[in-house]
Amino acid sequence: MIEVANVTKTYHAGRPNAYTAVDGVSLAVERGKLTVLKGPSGSGKTTLLSLVGCMARPSSGRIHLRGVRTAGLPVPEADGALEITSLPERFLTEIRRATFGFIFQHFNLIKGVSTLENVMLPAYPLGGDPAALRRRAGELLERFGLSRHAREPIDRLSGGEMQRVAIARALVNDPAVIIADEPTAHLDSHLSEAFMALMGTFKEGGRTLLIASHDPLVYDSPLVDATHELRDGRLCAKAPA
Amino acid sequence: MPGTLRRTLSILDFALASLLRRKGRNAALLAVYTLVVFVTASLVFFTQAVKREAHQVLADAPGLVVQRTLAGRQDLVPLAWADWVRGLRGVRSVRPRWWGYYYDGAFGANFTVQASEEAALPAGSARIGAGAARILRVKEGDLITLRGHDNLPLLLTVQGILSSDSELVASDLLLLPKEDFQTLFGLPPDQATDLAVDVANPRELPTLAAKIAERYPEARPILHSEILRTYDAIFDWRGGLLVAVLMIAVLCFAIFAWDRAAGLSAEERREIGILKSIGWETSDVLLLKLLEGLAVSLTAFLTGCVLAYGHVFLFSAPLFEGALKGWSVLYPRYRLVPVVDGYQLSLLFLLAVVPYTAATLIPGWRAATVDPDAAMRS
Repeated sequence: MIEVANVTKTYHAGRPNAYTAVDGVSLAVERGKLTVLKGPSGSGKTTLLSLVGCMARPSSGRIHLRGVRTAGLPVPEADGALEITSLPERFLTEIRRATFGFIFQHFNLIKGVSTLENVMLPAYPLGGDPAALRRRAGELLERFGLSRHAREPIDRLSGGEMQRVAIARALVNDPAVIIADEPTAHLDSHLSEAFMALMGTFKEGGRTLLIASHDPLVYDSPLVDATHELRDGRLCAKAPA
Repeated sequence: MPGTLRRTLSILDFALASLLRRKGRNAALLAVYTLVVFVTASLVFFTQAVKREAHQVLADAPGLVVQRTLAGRQDLVPLAWADWVRGLRGVRSVRPRWWGYYYDGAFGANFTVQASEEAALPAGSARIGAGAARILRVKEGDLITLRGHDNLPLLLTVQGILSSDSELVASDLLLLPKEDFQTLFGLPPDQATDLAVDVANPRELPTLAAKIAERYPEARPILHSEILRTYDAIFDWRGGLLVAVLMIAVLCFAIFAWDRAAGLSAEERREIGILKSIGWETSDVLLLKLLEGLAVSLTAFLTGCVLAYGHVFLFSAPLFEGALKGWSVLYPRYRLVPVVDGYQLSLLFLLAVVPYTAATLIPGWRAATVDPDAAMRS
């Protein structure tokens, strides 16, 4: 599904404050599996997620995607792989919103806006039917037990509820891949287990999951298919879960 | 509904929700913005309406006025000139006119005084403008006293108040019988202030003016079009004075608006990062910022224009009365006929809406062109 080949990301390249967050990393994420990137803070997990999720381009190396929806995108190579690192921004955006659903560490919800609108936001630029979008967002909120908060400003929700809103938002465009960055960092053990259970249902539904975490509740979960450990931007170990 | 329109409407929906989140700040901005548009639009409406009013009043003015000058100043015209002008081909009528100015020290007011040859205005009576009646605190049937050139008082009975149709130029008018006028100012009976000449064909006016100037080198023929131009210049000048004062207010607003629009808060930058990370393109963010800017500037423009319309045409522009209306210390009270100049309004739209909207776009564009992974790091 996702192949990362010898990828390096250097911020502020050529300046005195240059630093390499990801250094020559190669790994593969299989379709329909739950893959975890583990490692301490500053190990490069978030940077690698942002590179895979088309939010930034690597300084060197290649990332290939297989099985992505290619309407409006360049034709994939003969083996069906789409090399994304050299694509212009508009194609990266197209891939980002069609293929990936993001769950951020700090949820990254828009304050002051209603719960329902937060869920609908990723679909606004697509120009779809507003009634259908509202219905879909409503269904997602219902699925996560948040229907009663639909009209409330997001600020009034608890941490666990906010994370469920962030998950609902990640699913609104029906993505093939869910990317989550330290999803349990702000949750207690009970909510963390509930989160992992939810990931299990997504996996059963055929979605590919890529999670960055240094929480044992995540990387030691029986649901995990593969774990890649990062330290100082390098891949230091690969072990089957 | 096409996808592009649905996308625009969805983003507009979010833009309005975004503005409502910062109610206090945006309400303050909108209030100041609306005030600036209101004052500027009031000025534009007012100047246009007053000029139109003056044009209408002067529509019945003579085609040509002949004055006499002495050492470059206006002097009295001998009535013999009227007979000669009357003999020119194409002249329909020549009417000597007597008019001048009278300063009333007791009321501190300057009046325009004009002689009337109407039989309906007998000696010892006068008709006066509404503004003059207000200043002198008189009504029909009351007596007014004017001090003559020989320091003797001239007693006149107010026979009527002039209609408000011509209040713009007639508000400060005192209309006297010719004999009383000549007594008041000590004018010789064979001289008039100027001559009003009417012709059958207005295109002949410049030729007639040239003939009069040739016959009487000290004559100053003034064409109707020149009078209109003078009125335009007077009201443009008065409007210009107010604009000069307004510029300070507009400048203050421009600095305030630029500061508000051009600088994005850390929260706004973070939100743009979030939007990009969840699949918004740079163009989507720019459309959002454009719609936010348009929502504020269009609301301010439309509200300001509607308020200005009411201020000028329903309430007779009380804020500008002192600066723009009337002459001397008299300020006529009248209701202006609504007139809106499309060109001026378009210009106001361009000056009010475009700069602010552009100012909101630039920082939005700057924030939207960075990599969305900044959102993941926030």
